[in-house]
Amino acid sequence: MTKLRHWLGTSDIAGIVILALVILVVMPLTADIFRLNLIGKYLTYAFVAVGLVMLWGYGGILSLGQGVFFGLGGYCMAMFLKLEASDPESTKIQSTPGIPDFMDWNQITQLPLWWEPFRHLPFAIFALLFVPTLLAFIVGFAMFKRRVGGVYFAIITQAVALVLTVLIIGQQGYTGGVNGMTDLKTMLGWDVRTDSAKYILYYANAILLFGAIFLCRWIQKSKLGTLLLAMRDKEDRVRFSGYDVANFKVFVFCLAAMLCGIGGAMFALQVGFMSPSFVGIVPSIEMVIFAAVGGRNSLVGAVYGTLLVNFGKTYFSESFPQLWLFLMAALFIGVVMAFPNGFAGLFEDFVKPWLLGKREKKPETPAVPPVAPVTMQDDDVSKTVTTRTVDSGDAVSAPTTGRMGPATA
Amino acid sequence: MSSKDDRKGLESLSRRQFNMGLAALPLIGMSGMSMANTQFPTAKVNTTKLAITDTEVTVGQLHSATGTMAISETGSIQAERLAIEQINAMGGVLGRQIKVIQEDGASDWPTFAEKSKKLLVNDRVAAVFGCWTSASRKAVLPIFEKENGMLYYPTFYEGLEQSKNVIYTGQEATQQIIYGLDWVQKEKNAKSFFLIGSDYIWPRTSNKIARKHIENFQKGKVVGEEYYPLGHTNFNSLINKIKVAKPDCVYAIVVGGSNVAFYKQMKAAGITADKQLLLTISVTEDELLGIGGENCNGFYACMKYFQSLDNANNKKFVEAFKAKYGAKEVIGDVTQAAYLGPWLWKATVEKAGSFDIDKVAAASPGIELKTAPEGYVKIHENHHLWSKARIGQIQSDGQFKLIAESPNLIEPNPFPKGYQ
Repeated sequence: MTKLRHWLGTSDIAGIVILALVILVVMPLTADIFRLNLIGKYLTYAFVAVGLVMLWGYGGILSLGQGVFFGLGGYCMAMFLKLEASDPESTKIQSTPGIPDFMDWNQITQLPLWWEPFRHLPFAIFALLFVPTLLAFIVGFAMFKRRVGGVYFAIITQAVALVLTVLIIGQQGYTGGVNGMTDLKTMLGWDVRTDSAKYILYYANAILLFGAIFLCRWIQKSKLGTLLLAMRDKEDRVRFSGYDVANFKVFVFCLAAMLCGIGGAMFALQVGFMSPSFVGIVPSIEMVIFAAVGGRNSLVGAVYGTLLVNFGKTYFSESFPQLWLFLMAALFIGVVMAFPNGFAGLFEDFVKPWLLGKREKKPETPAVPPVAPVTMQDDDVSKTVTTRTVDSGDAVSAPTTGRMGPATA
Repeated sequence: MSSKDDRKGLESLSRRQFNMGLAALPLIGMSGMSMANTQFPTAKVNTTKLAITDTEVTVGQLHSATGTMAISETGSIQAERLAIEQINAMGGVLGRQIKVIQEDGASDWPTFAEKSKKLLVNDRVAAVFGCWTSASRKAVLPIFEKENGMLYYPTFYEGLEQSKNVIYTGQEATQQIIYGLDWVQKEKNAKSFFLIGSDYIWPRTSNKIARKHIENFQKGKVVGEEYYPLGHTNFNSLINKIKVAKPDCVYAIVVGGSNVAFYKQMKAAGITADKQLLLTISVTEDELLGIGGENCNGFYACMKYFQSLDNANNKKFVEAFKAKYGAKEVIGDVTQAAYLGPWLWKATVEKAGSFDIDKVAAASPGIELKTAPEGYVKIHENHHLWSKARIGQIQSDGQFKLIAESPNLIEPNPFPKGYQ
């Protein structure tokens, strides 16, 4: 336990416990199965937001193409599910039974070779983890080794998102095109559309999300996390100290990509389809907004941000079908202008000092136990850094109005 | 919130439109007016816990009110609203007023899926009128089948689909394509064709059927087949290819905003109706608003409905539509098909004597509508409509002049043999 405290800190534990109570207890008890399934969907986006906290909040690298990795993970899972749903029996109405329906519509008569391995779940899981990671490694390696960063990197990620969207839509015989892969039914014979399956998937998703949060927190508290922070604030100093900055950047970009892949796969499982509308530029920017609203320096805050923005989207669009985009835009502009560090920043600046102020009156020992001097140093660094404003990759102030992008028919 | 407002709007409108509705719509099921709810107790007409009370039945409307598709789907939203108001003014369905819950699909397919689930699971609506693009229909279809809902889908589409839970009020591909191709072959002596499409499933499937028909049945020739991404606006290279290939007929399935660029650039390159025969299945009065009739006058379109159709049903429909939404509004093929949805549903519910989805689905085949603006329609066993095909010539005022129409209703055949 002391070891846990050592790398989490008391307030972190409190924050995670509260989030766990909200997600694991309060929501399943208060929401009906339809709403719970929606929350489950939002929580798959939270993987992206958590990844962005590491990448952007800690690493100072703004990527506007995280939808690419979310989409790749989702497609890997969807391909497996689609093959299982396309057994010869249920596709006997097609001209070539046994292949996915969209291939049949596109006059493909044989399953392409690269689809074959996706018949096996272990391969699909391997692919959904490592296809996004590999792409992130290639893009990251090519960019960071050449010291491309900041706005230029953000633009490159946008280009990648655009390229992948065009590729998926253009190759509709192999990918389902604009329609995406729909009508996913079972996983290894287990019907994922039933209510009980939805509960199980919700909890599996939530547990994976907490796993991701713990992993990221552990990295943040390690020497690597400190280096990331230092790199974000003064990259040259870290480089002059003898570190290869590019390697750390590639690592954190790959980590964020892998988390996105997991989120995408859970999305395909819970929602029952995957389409290119998650891969493009607009959804990628929306995902950045989730992290910005919640607070890009806080893992827990990013999850709240994701939930809040998506609840807002659902609520506004149900209540004001004609007006809701304006209300969403107002929310984003308001958040960015009023508290640039998101809701987590609000908490850090106002609620936490107030809580700590109350605490100091008590004659107890301080919450953080005395630890080795190195870690003390780490804590100091993170404290000084989080209160400072970031001087690179600061592009939160570009809120999007949601769905105005190049959508399709 | 909105649904409450909507209801208020509906009630005040229904008072205003009561007389007009009565005069304009001598419809099947007038008997519905006199039916008291004692005759149709809620417990009996609703055994599956749909949102139905003694005085009210709730339905859903699911289109894109925002995003790129809003411009296309607005006509459908308006037409469905108009039909529902007219039905309410006549006394509703089985003595119940129709209440509408409108949801916005926001031109985004996952949103369509989410909202359809909300309408079916949370709101327990008795029917949904909605969707426009194939992608949105594909996204919601598994949900309608799983939750057992009823969708009335208005758009002409690629076929290859049939569901107990969907009534397709637009044409499937063969109903639109084959008659048009035969017409240009016989009347215009077209033997070689150049196929053009936006790059997604509907144009691709439609062109596949067109190619098979041209090559196998007409013994003609396809001299080119080209696809461009949705939203594409530079057609110069395509136009050059057309000039080189010199087809007797250009067969165009360009969709949405691309149309504007396509026809303007064709005109700029000198490809006009006096020199080139062009047949399209993707331009309606709605698209002509954007393209401008003067940029493509003389070209032909094959549809099942044109606003200019000269029959009593259509005159009343156009009049009521313009009275409600303004004289400048135009009515395209899909708008008319959307208008059929609520009327078909009403007739089916009255035939079934129940709102239950299973009974409505079972009662659907054979339902006729003699008051349809396009003329007479009937629901086929496969849940598509029997309907006519018509050739219209584009006029410079943005309307179509009816040139030819199929003598008989064309049977819907979503899985055409010999075309796959």
